[in-house]
Parts: sequence; structure tokens; C-alpha cells
Amino acid sequence: MKKLSPGRKRLVNNSITYGIVIAAFIVMQVCNAGGLLSPSIQGQLVPICAYVVMAIALNLVVGISGELSLGHAGFMSVGAFSGVVAAMSLQSVIPSDVIRLAIAMVVGAAMAGVAGVIVGVPVLRLRGDYLAIVTLAFGEIIRNIFNVLYVGVDEKGLHFSLQNEAALHLSENGKAILKGPMGFTSNAKLASFTAGFILILIALTVTLNLVHSRSGRAIMALRDNRIAAESVGIGATKYKLMAFVTSAVMAGAAGVLYAMNYSSMAPKKFDFNTSILILVFVVLGGIGNIRGSIIAAAFLTVLPELLRSFDLDQYRMLVYAIVLILVMIATNNPVIRGFFAQVKSRITGADREEQKGGAAQ
Amino acid sequence: MSRPPRPETKLVPVPSKNMIPERDIDKDPILEAQHLGIDFGGLTAVDDFNMAIGRTEIAGLIGPNGAGKTTVFNLLTKVYQPTRGTVLLDGVDTHNMNTVQVNRAGIARTFQNIRLFSNLSVEDNVKIGLHNQVGCGMWQSIFRLPGYWKSEKLAHDRAMELLSIFDMQGLADAKAGSLPYGAQRRLEIVRALATNPSLLLLDEPAAGMNPSETSELMDNIVKIRDTFQIAILLIEHDMNLVMGICEGICVLNFGQVIAKGTPQEIQNNPEVIKAYLGTGRSE
Amino acid sequence: MSFLNNLITGISLGSVYAIIALGYTMVYGIAKMLNFAHGDIIMVGAYVIFFATGSFGLNPIVGILLAVVVCTVLGVVIEGLAYKPLRQASSLAVLITAIGVSYFLQNAALLLWGADPKVFTSVIPEGSLPIEGVNITYVSLVTVLVCIIIMLALTWFTSKTKLGKAMRACSENKDAARLMGINVNRTISMTFAIGSALAAIASALLFSSYKNLIPTSGSLPGIKAFTAAVFGGIGSIPGAMLGGILLGIIETFAKVINTNISDAVVFAVLIIVLLVKPAGLLGKTIREKV
Repeated sequence: MKKLSPGRKRLVNNSITYGIVIAAFIVMQVCNAGGLLSPSIQGQLVPICAYVVMAIALNLVVGISGELSLGHAGFMSVGAFSGVVAAMSLQSVIPSDVIRLAIAMVVGAAMAGVAGVIVGVPVLRLRGDYLAIVTLAFGEIIRNIFNVLYVGVDEKGLHFSLQNEAALHLSENGKAILKGPMGFTSNAKLASFTAGFILILIALTVTLNLVHSRSGRAIMALRDNRIAAESVGIGATKYKLMAFVTSAVMAGAAGVLYAMNYSSMAPKKFDFNTSILILVFVVLGGIGNIRGSIIAAAFLTVLPELLRSFDLDQYRMLVYAIVLILVMIATNNPVIRGFFAQVKSRITGADREEQKGGAAQ
Repeated sequence: MSRPPRPETKLVPVPSKNMIPERDIDKDPILEAQHLGIDFGGLTAVDDFNMAIGRTEIAGLIGPNGAGKTTVFNLLTKVYQPTRGTVLLDGVDTHNMNTVQVNRAGIARTFQNIRLFSNLSVEDNVKIGLHNQVGCGMWQSIFRLPGYWKSEKLAHDRAMELLSIFDMQGLADAKAGSLPYGAQRRLEIVRALATNPSLLLLDEPAAGMNPSETSELMDNIVKIRDTFQIAILLIEHDMNLVMGICEGICVLNFGQVIAKGTPQEIQNNPEVIKAYLGTGRSE
Repeated sequence: MSFLNNLITGISLGSVYAIIALGYTMVYGIAKMLNFAHGDIIMVGAYVIFFATGSFGLNPIVGILLAVVVCTVLGVVIEGLAYKPLRQASSLAVLITAIGVSYFLQNAALLLWGADPKVFTSVIPEGSLPIEGVNITYVSLVTVLVCIIIMLALTWFTSKTKLGKAMRACSENKDAARLMGINVNRTISMTFAIGSALAAIASALLFSSYKNLIPTSGSLPGIKAFTAAVFGGIGSIPGAMLGGILLGIIETFAKVINTNISDAVVFAVLIIVLLVKPAGLLGKTIREKV
């Protein structure tokens, strides 16, 4: 086989990633039109898109920047709730659903970006496990804040309160949007599979373009060897923050998409377990491997639904846990990995270079 | 900050010895360390370190294991903040600078235990060294604006040009971590040069190299100095290399400077011989 | 007097966190992994005690001993099956595996024992010390005493016994420990055993004050105890104690102000502490060799 230059190889790799996303979209659209999708899978289409974007976003932090974040659901919730506030308060002003969804996404992404800066500046001074635990802490703090946050709208504009709905002092025509632990209720569902697909393409383009650039190289240099990166004049804070905030922005947009698929949602939805769920996508898909995390996110979101149809409903989470453990052991144990590598080389008949870490594919 | 801008890096064919401008080692040093010292807990690792390096000098820092040579490098590059003393780079006090700022001010280094970006390609390693030389903003990259393509082209050309110092253009696509040991050391030098330094610190550049590689390296170090017109300070245990190319040598023992001078002076210095061979009586 | 009462409640809650945090910190110190399943071992211990004392009418002490045995075995088995094959793997891979184990335990408990809350009967007699004006329940008293005993015993154990010294050696440098003839794998297993046994004791104390028991009951106390361990300086035994007790006090007082945001306050304090002291209160900062 002819050896490709890295530039060409990258182009091929990126094209495959985009191709998979586009092909999956078309296939699902056709199946949907043909009535081949069960209602439960149909209901999962938008959440799948949201989780795929979350996985891309988290991979930027965990895989490319090399920092473990255990609080990404926090950014998702900031996006979700601020997006819903934007969409619901503009309901009478902007009749077009598409435009309202787009505005909600921009608002959600921007707010999550602000949250990303607020969290990132202190957090990124820490290293390793300490950084991880502080992101977890921030995620929990964000959830706690939404648990006591009340937001309402009337003709005078937005009202905020940290006590209860009555403290919003809304006028007669006003309505409460966020109701503390209840979250939002009566939201108009604006999200669609197409919107999700577009968001995935945007997230994918932003991430891949960022990774294969001067900034991306600086981010990966800091990941691989912080001291060496600083010795060639790369400031750690700027580039760590760039990756973190970009990721938070994408997570925010994913949160809006997710929230817009439901008429009601409580802050509890975005707890630590959601952060972990997304991390699982990233790790199983291959850390730093964007294509892998897309596939893992889509597959693992559908998996519990598939298990449901196999009459394994009560065992599905148990099976999920066992699969997770087994896959981790199989992919990380040196003995088992060596065995797989041997099998693979026997099948392909060539000693291909092992691809590991490095740039995103 | 009245420092004149450093000249653009240009690769020209290796000039012959007689093209090298007259040295001004003590008149106008690029680097001056004055009474530099650091304590770790109660232990004084380096004390009262004084040294000046001329603008185009190749200087050596030698001494037995554990003498504090690498610590001096770490002090100069602010990996550690000195407890005492001053470092003047081209007359500018680096007191408040961190590692990143010191590099931008003109000090680049290699590491004793190689620190490459081992998951990335050789070319990317050099491009990362060019970070502050070839600019391109985040938005340019994300939207793939013309500025991105221009800067990528420039970075690629410069990286290839720099790799050609060691004839490494052919390895540009290889993963840095998969290179042989000697090539990794050379790549570190190229990466450091990419930052366009006025002073290059080499921490044991010949470690792990065989004699022929070492002699090639010696030629290359001289070539780098001559073409880039920069100062080089190197730590090395290979005395053939040190005595062969260094114009000034500083000997460190137990964190203290015990001798300074030309290779001839150092070779005949009784203190140095004692430090390396011991005094003959038990302590 | 309510200040004093809150302080006592806080110290008591903190003592439970401290005991759980010891499990996290010892395992982290030696295996350099965050054992996310630790909180779920507490849950399992609590179910064992619940059924032993409730359904089988056993003496609470016997129930606790049984829980200690079950949790210890469970801890060692989990370590052997799930973590041991990953000794050379990245810490992230081990972390995800630990999360998998946590999911497994929670869902296994859900299948075995159902989702409806079990009301835990206190293993310690109800009531308070007969002191005027101050409310010290027997539960608080016992909790604090147990915590002190465990702390003293562990300090003695790690500094004086052969196994304890082996643990410290392994956490310092596994290769060197191996060369000195220490069986590193066995030492790590023993660390898991001790941590899990402590989790069983913690479960008895925790659910004696907070009675509702469901399959996910262990996870939040687990995360908080882990926070406590980080707070005090992960890897440090006195740090886990200090972090646990401080965390308990902070949480109790935050609850007095506003129940809904007490967790937020706890985590905010953690963040502030880590920003001022990046290795926790009693943790050692390790200088990277260049």
C-alpha cells in the first residue's frame, strides 16, 4: 500500500468522519420517512445528536487538551435553561420556530461560554485529578443554582429570583419560565433532527479546524509536555482556556438542542451522572478520536433502547455496566490488547503503524 | 525595553571560520548571571553563580553529577524561580518573567530527559517551536480564512528549512516519539531554534550518541552558531566535545563555581582535577 | 445553644465522611486511582445490615460484622476482577472502569432489593446524653468515638506494622517496593480490603442518622467523602480526617442557612481551598523533575 503524507491522510480521515455523519443522517431520514423506525428510536434522534455534540465538545477538553472534566453537564444545563428562557420569552415577538431555535442556541452557547470562562480561569490553574474534582464541584454548583433559580417574563422584561415563584413579582400577563427544582414546564418543542444534524456538522468543523491549526498544536503541545511547551513560548492559560471555553460553548448549544426536544425538564437531569455518561462516550470512542466519540455517543444512546426491545428491560443498565467494564479491560489490558493487535495484523496481513493519541481523526 | 529587534533567521550556507565576526565576549554579553542561587527546603542547590556569555560564544557548563548544572538551566529559563541573584538577558532583568516570557525574550533550551511532543509528528514539533514566529488567530483557523493557509504554508516552509540543518526533512512525517534517540535530541535542538533565540541552552546534547554522531553534532553546533549568530551554552560530560568547541568553560561543583576560563586553562586547573578525580583522602 | 448543637451534628456527620474518605485516600495513595465505586460499597453494607438486623433479627453488632465481611470480600473481588487487569493502564481508563463498577453495584442492588426506600433501623440506641441544653445523641457520640478509634488504629497500623509499612512503601514507589521483596499486588488488595471494611462501618453510622436506603444512597455521600479526601489532601490519612470533619461542619451550617444550596456551599469551599492550596490542606506538593 502506498504511504500517504500526513496532510493527505488527515484529509481522508476527516472526509470519512464527515461522510459517516452525513450518511447516517440520510439513512435515518429515509428510514423515518419509510416508517421503519420504532417510536422509541424516533424519540431518541434529537438526544442522540445532542449527545454526539457533547461528546465532541468533551473530547476537545479530555482528548485534545488532556484535562479531565467531570462537570460538562453543568455547561449543558447552562445552555439548556438559558436557551429555553430565550425561546420562551421571545415566543410572542418572533413567530418563526427556526429563528427562535437559532437564537436560543446562540444565547445558550454564549451563556455556557461565559460559564466556561468563569469556571475555566480558576480550574485550569490546577492539575490532574485536582482539576477533575473541581470541575465536578462546579458542575454540582451549577445544578444547585438552577435548583433555586426562578425566572419569569412579562412585558417589563425578565425577572429573576432565588426564592420562589411569587418573588418574581410578575404582572398578570407574565409567565414563569424556570421554576427552581421543577425546571421548565410548558416549553414549545422546537428541536428537530435536521437542526441536530446541522449542529453536529458545525461542532465537527469547529473542532477539526481548531485541532489542525496553530492553536490546536499549542493545545496538544501543552497536553503532551507542558514544561516543553512553555519552554518554546506557549502560554498554558490561554490555550487551555481556549479549548475549555470552546468546549463549553458547544456543550451549551447541545444543551439547547436537548432541552428543546422536551416540553419540561428539571435541573436534576444535568447531574454528575450525565457528565459521566458523556465521559464514557469519549473514553469508549477513543480519547482524542473525534470520530470514535461520535460513533460511541450514538451507539450507546441507542443501546439501552435496543436492549429494551429484547425484553431485557430490567437488566439493561446492568448489562450496560458489565459491557462498560469489559470493554475497558479489553481495550486497556496489555495482554488482551496484544492479542487483538496480533489478530488484526494476521487479518490485514500487514504491520500497520499503530495509531494512538496524536491528532484527532 | 530598548532591546533592538533580533535579526530575521535566515539559513545561509555554512560560512568558513574567517567569516565569523570578531567576538566581544566580555564587552557586551548576551547573558549575565549575577550571584544566582536557589535553595530547595534547607538545601542550597546552587549558590553565588556568576557567568557572562558573549553574543556569539559557545560556552560550556561542566561539573560532576549532581553539581547543579541542570538547576542552573532551570534558573535561567525560570522553571525554578531563583532564591537569590539576577539574570540579565541582553541587559534586561528577567526577574519578573516566567518560562514563557523568558523564551520570548530570547532563551531557548533542550532538556536532559528529552521532552518532545511525542504523539505529534516531527514537523508539528518544529511548527510548535515556531508558535510565536508565525502567527495565526483562532478565528482564522476555525473559519479557514486566507490568513490560515498563508501562515500554514509559511510555518511548513520554515519548519522544513530548520529541519534541513540536521538533514531531517525526510523524517518530517514521522511521529516524534518513534524517532531514534539521537534524532530526538537533534529534533529538540531544531525545535528550540525555531523559537528564534539569541541564547540556546543545550542540556547534554551528545548523551547517548556514538563517537561519529558526536563529532557530527560538534560540527553542527558550530554551524548553528555561525549561521544564526547566536550564543550557545551547553552542559556536557563528553570532554572531547566540550574542549573541542567551547570557547569559555565554567566548572560547577556542589552548586559552586570552582573554575572559569578557556579549555586550556580548565584542563590544567588543579581544583577541577580534584573535583573530577577526588582528593585522594577520604572525607 | 443552637450553634453548639449544629457544631456537634456537623462533627458527627463529618466523622462519617472522614471514615469514608479514609477509604478513598488510602486507595488513591497506593493505586493512584479514584475508586468511584467506594460509595456504592457503603450502600451494599447498609443493605446487609438492614436485612441482617431487620429480616433475620440478628444483633446489630453481628449485623455490622457481617457487613464488614461482605464489604471486605466485595472490595477485594472488585479489585481483583476489574482493577487489577488495568494496573498499567491510564488513570482515565481505571476511572471509567470504577464508574462501570459503580453502575453495576447500583443496578444489581436495584434488581435484588428494588427501588422503594428501606427504612434503616439505627444500630445505635436512640436518645441523647442527659446534658442540659446541649443535644448530643448517642449516634453522634458513637460516631465520633468510632472515628477517633479508627484514626488512631490506622495511624498505628501504617507506621508500626509490616503491612502498613509495605503500603507506605508501595505508595511512594511501587518498583522500588517490589525490588525490596514487597508483594505489591497483595498490598494493594489489602488496601482495598481495609478501605471496604471501613466503608461497612461507615454505612452503619451513616444510615443510623439518615435512615432512607435506596440503591443510589451511597453515591452522594461517596462523592462528598471523596471531596473531603481531596480537601484534606488526597493520599494523606490525617488529611482525610481533617477534610471530612471540616466538610461535615460546613455542610451542617450551610443547611441551617438554606437546605437547597448546602451542597453548592460545600463544593464552593472545596474550590477555594484548592485554589489557595492546590494539593489540599495537608497534601504535599510534588515538584516535577525537569
